[in-house]
Amino acid sequence: MGILAGKKVIVIGDRDGIPGQAIELCAQSAGAEVVFSSTECFV
Amino acid sequence: MKSVIKGAGYILVHTPDMVIHNGTTQTTERIVNPEGEYLKELPGHLRSFEQTLSYYPNQVYIGNMTPDALAAVPQPWYDKECPKCDRYGQFGQIMPQEEFILLMQACDVFDLVKIDREFVAAHKAALAANEVIDESIVNRVAEGVDAAEIARLVSEEHSEGLYHNGQLVGCVNRAHDIDVNLSAHVMHENLVSKASSVLALLSAIRNAGIAKEDVEYVIDCSEEACGDMNQRGGGNFAKAAAEIAGLSAATGSDTRGFCAGPAHALVEAAALVAAGAYKTVVVTAGGCTAKLGMNGKDHVKKGLPILEDMLGGCAIVLTQDDGVNPVVNLGILGRHTVGTGSAPQAVIGSLVTDALDRAGLKVTDVDKFSPEMQNPDITKPAGAGDVPLANYKMIAALAVKRGDIEKKDLASFVAERGLTGYAPTQGHIPSGVPYIGFARNEIAAGNMKRVMIIGKGSLFLGRMTNLFDGVSFVIEANEGEKKAEDSISEEEVKSMIAKAMREFAESLMAKAE
Repeated sequence: MGILAGKKVIVIGDRDGIPGQAIELCAQSAGAEVVFSSTECFV
Repeated sequence: MKSVIKGAGYILVHTPDMVIHNGTTQTTERIVNPEGEYLKELPGHLRSFEQTLSYYPNQVYIGNMTPDALAAVPQPWYDKECPKCDRYGQFGQIMPQEEFILLMQACDVFDLVKIDREFVAAHKAALAANEVIDESIVNRVAEGVDAAEIARLVSEEHSEGLYHNGQLVGCVNRAHDIDVNLSAHVMHENLVSKASSVLALLSAIRNAGIAKEDVEYVIDCSEEACGDMNQRGGGNFAKAAAEIAGLSAATGSDTRGFCAGPAHALVEAAALVAAGAYKTVVVTAGGCTAKLGMNGKDHVKKGLPILEDMLGGCAIVLTQDDGVNPVVNLGILGRHTVGTGSAPQAVIGSLVTDALDRAGLKVTDVDKFSPEMQNPDITKPAGAGDVPLANYKMIAALAVKRGDIEKKDLASFVAERGLTGYAPTQGHIPSGVPYIGFARNEIAAGNMKRVMIIGKGSLFLGRMTNLFDGVSFVIEANEGEKKAEDSISEEEVKSMIAKAMREFAESLMAKAE
């Protein structure tokens, strides 16, 4: 069981940091269900 | 044929009232939380024009101070006064809102912008006194209309208000009754982009020392779209701005790529000149009202002034090789491809190390890297960190991985080959290009040999692809004179041929004897 098993996750990545898709894959590998994922730009 | 950087123009426009009325953070807040504390507190956090003049990053942007000098000033900068507070700099100027509102009207060719006649009378002389604004533009400023007519247009005709010091002083009318692409909001946004692009164009042409008639092609690389309901991004901001700027011999087109637009446009411009298609090409971009006050909520929450109160503009002049100015080396292009992916390491690898590998260069062969030059004074309080620094850390890490530098030299690499960010968060404006003016100076002075400009763009914001984007190129010293020394002159060639003929004749005579 991953540490995020049974959890629903909202992913907001940063274009100048870690993109949403990368966080999404990490969260999924930890057992989470990703219900929303996007990469945003703050500059 | 090579293409060279002949000059650059960088301008800022102080637009505090547009922060309130046109920045998307504020317009969104007015819809979802109209009675919230942010909108009430916001006006108290706006800066005066004088305060924006004495703001360190602004003085760097227009060229009155170098990025290296800025790096020596402890952060934050918003609470410090720059001793240099000139309105004009070596690259351009900081324009106050009242002049800009008149410039917007001068840039309007469809009679959409209406200005209060008293406001026109009060500020027209100031616009006429502007160093780069000539009669052809001042004469376009109309006499103005009654204040009551402007109030009517805003309340009854969906016009977008133009405000100064909280007062309604003009408006932008819609260009069509039902076409959303010609709405007053869109026309306002596009006229702001066009007017600030004109100001950047005029600054760059003046700085390059060329005649307006020399410009054969203009590329606009802003992030706006103009067109009607049948062609939303039909475009040609470039030609529209060139018309007002008086570039009668120029044609042009628009290039888009989010924040990477300017870097793409510069590669295209350099290629057009190098190919001989056009002798002089100018890349230009105006500013963006939507991004004004983008991180304002965090700034207000932390008691800071609204630092995103400046529109940015820039223009770069490229010409055929003159043997003097720095060259755009089209042989060293970084490219983020469809297959590159979006991991930060992959992005920087594609833009920096892959490009240098293809040219047989090390990371240390580049004197300065100019990736995204966002001002950390703006981004750090908003939680977005120091964007240029994050880029440098990744470049340095890749340099260590490749063995170009030792791990212990990582920090000094960032200090020596990096830059402190100073550009406003206007999307495309900070993306690599702000340093081109300084790079031209440093290379011409012999202080640097190569500078890499890196543009990055968030394509996923358009919801057409999840891809990231980026492009980079290298500006390097012009070896024109050196080549002249190394090469063989016509006299030398004649002498060598004469010598060979003589020897040949002597050998024939010897055989005959």
